[in-house]
Amino acid sequence: MRIPQSERELTFWERIYLPEVIRGLAITGRHFFVNMARHLAHLLGFRNVPKGAVTYQYPEERRPISPRLRTLHRLARRADGSPRCVACMMCETVCPANCIYIVAAEHPDPNIEKYPLRFDIDLGKCVFCGFCVEACPEDAIRMDTGIYDFAAYTREGMILTIEQLLSFEPAPYVQVPPQDRAADPGPIDARQRFGVSG
Amino acid sequence: MPTVTIDGRSIEVEKGTTILEAAKQIGIDIPHYCYHPGLRIAGSCRMCLVEIEGVPKLQIACYTPVTDGMVVHTQSEKVKEARRAVLEFLLVDHPLDCPVCDQAGECYLQIYYMQHGLHPSRVREDKLKRAKMKVLSEHIILDQERCILCSRCVRFTEEVTKSYELGIFHRGDRSVVDLYPGIQLHNRYQGNLADICPVGALTDRQFRFRTRVWYLEHAKSVCPGCSRGCNVFVDYNVRRGYKAGGRRIVRLRPRPNPWVNKYWMCDDGRYGFTWIEALDRILAPRRAEGGQLREISWSEAIRHAAQWITEAAREKRLAVLLSPKMTNEELYTADRLFRSLGARMIGYWAEPSSPGYEDEILIRGDKNPNTAGAHWIVGRASGIPQEDHLARLAEAMEAGQVDTAVIFLHDVEGAKAGERVLRALQRVERLIYLGTNWNRTATLSKLVFPATAFVEQDGTFTNFEGRVQRFWRAVEPLGQARPILSILRELAVACSVEPLPEDPEEVFALLALEHPFFSGMDYDRLGERGMRGQLEAPVEVRVK
Repeated sequence: MRIPQSERELTFWERIYLPEVIRGLAITGRHFFVNMARHLAHLLGFRNVPKGAVTYQYPEERRPISPRLRTLHRLARRADGSPRCVACMMCETVCPANCIYIVAAEHPDPNIEKYPLRFDIDLGKCVFCGFCVEACPEDAIRMDTGIYDFAAYTREGMILTIEQLLSFEPAPYVQVPPQDRAADPGPIDARQRFGVSG
Repeated sequence: MPTVTIDGRSIEVEKGTTILEAAKQIGIDIPHYCYHPGLRIAGSCRMCLVEIEGVPKLQIACYTPVTDGMVVHTQSEKVKEARRAVLEFLLVDHPLDCPVCDQAGECYLQIYYMQHGLHPSRVREDKLKRAKMKVLSEHIILDQERCILCSRCVRFTEEVTKSYELGIFHRGDRSVVDLYPGIQLHNRYQGNLADICPVGALTDRQFRFRTRVWYLEHAKSVCPGCSRGCNVFVDYNVRRGYKAGGRRIVRLRPRPNPWVNKYWMCDDGRYGFTWIEALDRILAPRRAEGGQLREISWSEAIRHAAQWITEAAREKRLAVLLSPKMTNEELYTADRLFRSLGARMIGYWAEPSSPGYEDEILIRGDKNPNTAGAHWIVGRASGIPQEDHLARLAEAMEAGQVDTAVIFLHDVEGAKAGERVLRALQRVERLIYLGTNWNRTATLSKLVFPATAFVEQDGTFTNFEGRVQRFWRAVEPLGQARPILSILRELAVACSVEPLPEDPEEVFALLALEHPFFSGMDYDRLGERGMRGQLEAPVEVRVK
C-alpha cells in the first residue's frame, strides 16, 4: 500500500524548526488565554461574552452518558438475591474475546436446576461488544452499571468474579430532555451521579 | 431383491429392508426418534412418516418393508406437513429449558425443529409438570418433562441388558418413563441410555454441566478397558480446558462398529478414563537419589537407562516385562530392541490376583486391550507360557541372575504373587519403569519414564478376537510424557542399536512384514473398523 505523503517540500523557515515550535505554543496559549478570559467574564456576570470551551473536571465531574452505553457488566439477581444466570454458557460461547469463564453446578431447586459456581469476566480481554448481553436467554448479564473507569495493578486484578458482578447496581436512568440534547447539558457531579467516592 | 425408488432414486435392497434403512443406504436421512438400529422397532414417535404412491395414508418408514416397484416420497408437502404436526405434538409439553439442558447441541428436538418444524407455538394451555432431576442411578438422571416417550431406553433395558428396570407408566398425556418401583438402574451399560436418548430426558451425571457439547472435539479411539476393544469417540475440550484445571477429556462414547461393540460400550470403560488426567500421572523422568526420586532431564534419563541396559545385557542380567496394555507397534519395537541387545528374558503378562468381571454382552474378563497382540508379537516366540512370566521374573531376581529390570506400564501389586515380585524387585539395583501413573512398582524403581496415555498417541490394539484396530491421538501429552515408541527409539540410539522409526504407521508396516498374523495389513486398510488377523483363530486368553 502506498502511504500518502505530503507533496509539499518544507520551507527553509519550517526546517529550522524552532520558529514553528514557538508558533504552535502561541496557538495553544491563545486558546488558553481566550478561554480563561471568557470563563472569567462569565463568572463576573458578563453574559453577552461568548461561552468558553467546555471542560469536564474528570473525575470530579462526569459527562452524562447515554442509557444505551455499554459499560461494566453485572449479573442480575433474583428476588432472593441469587444469580439469575443459569450457566447456559451462551455468553461464553458467543464471546469473541474468550473472556468469560463459567463453572456450572447443580442447583437443589429442580425448576432452576443449574447455576453458576464461578462466573469470571477478564476485563483485560473484554472488548465490550455486548454480544453476551444479546445472547443471554435469561437477561441475566447486563452492561448498564454506568461504570467505565476501572483499572488494576495486576492482570489478575482485571478479572471480575461472580461476587463482584452480582454486587453491581444498574446506573439510575437519566432522561436527557430533548431541548438539552442539542445544547450541552454541562457537567454533573460524578459523586452525586454514581455514588462513587473520590 | 426388491427395487425401491425413494425421492426419484432407485436402489435394490435385501428383502425385508425397511424404507428408512433403504433410504439411509442412498444417503437420504428420514427424521426419526424411536427407531434405533440396535433396538427392536417400536413405531411410536410417528416422525418418520413418508408418502408411498398407491397408499392413501402416510406410512412410517421405520417399520414398512420395501416391496418391488415401491415409489416413496420423503419430501412431499404432505410429508412435510405431517412432520410439522408430529413435532408440534411432541413439543406441546416440552419445557424448552434448552439453556440448562445438557443435550442442547446434540438434541434431535432442536435439530428436527430447525429442519422441519419452525412453527410458532399455538398452545395456550399450561404445560404439564412432571418430575425433573430424578436420579435413576449413580450415572443417569431423568427429566420426565423433556421426554418424548420414544421408548428407546425401555427397549434397551429389555433387549440389550435384559435387566428390565425401565417402563412407561400411566396413559395418554400423563404417560411417563420411570423405574419400576423399588429399584434403581443396576446394569453395567447405563451410560448408553444417555447416548440413545434423542432428547435431554436421560443425561449422564458424570458429564452433566461440565461443559457444553459444542465446545467438544472428537477423536476416534479404542477403549483400553478390556480385551473387547470397543470403538469409542474421545470427546475433549481443549479450547477452554486450560481453565478447567487441565482436565481435557470430558467423556467417552461408543463409536458404532458392527463387528465389535455394535452401538454400545460398558460403564467401566466409559467412566474409567479419569486416570489420564489424575493427579498421580507421572509427568517427568525421575531418578532415585538418596532415597527419593528426583526429577532429571530426558537426556540424562536416557543416558542412565542406556548405560544400565547395555551393561546388564552384555552379562545376560537384563529382564524385561512388557505389557498387554502396550500397542502392537510398541510391543514389536520393544521386543526387537531388547532381543537384539540380548535380554535374559522378555515377558509381558502379570496374572491378575482375581479374575475380572465378564458378561455375555461386551465386558471381557481380561482387562488388557492388547493381550492377543502381545501373544502374537512377543509370547509365541519366547516359548514361556503366559501365566509364568511374572513367576519366572521373580525366580530370576531371587536367584540373583538379574540385576537390571525394565517394566512397562504394569502395576505388579495387583497381580497374583504380586507381593513376592515386589519383594524381589526391591533387591534389584537397577529397576527402570515406563508408565503413565504412579503405583508401588513405579515408586520402587530407580529410574522412571513418563509415558503417554492412549488418548495422547496413535497406535493399534488387537482385541481378543484377533481384530486389529487403530486409535487416533486426541490431545497433547501431559507434562513431559512421551510415547513409548519415541522413548524406545532414543534408547536404541543411546545403546548403539539400529533404531526403529518413531512413527507408529511405519513401525506397523515393518510389523506386518515380519509377523504373519499382521500380514497384509496397513493403517489405511485397517481404517476405522479394524481387520481380523491372518492365520488360524488366535488363542483366547482366559484368566483362571
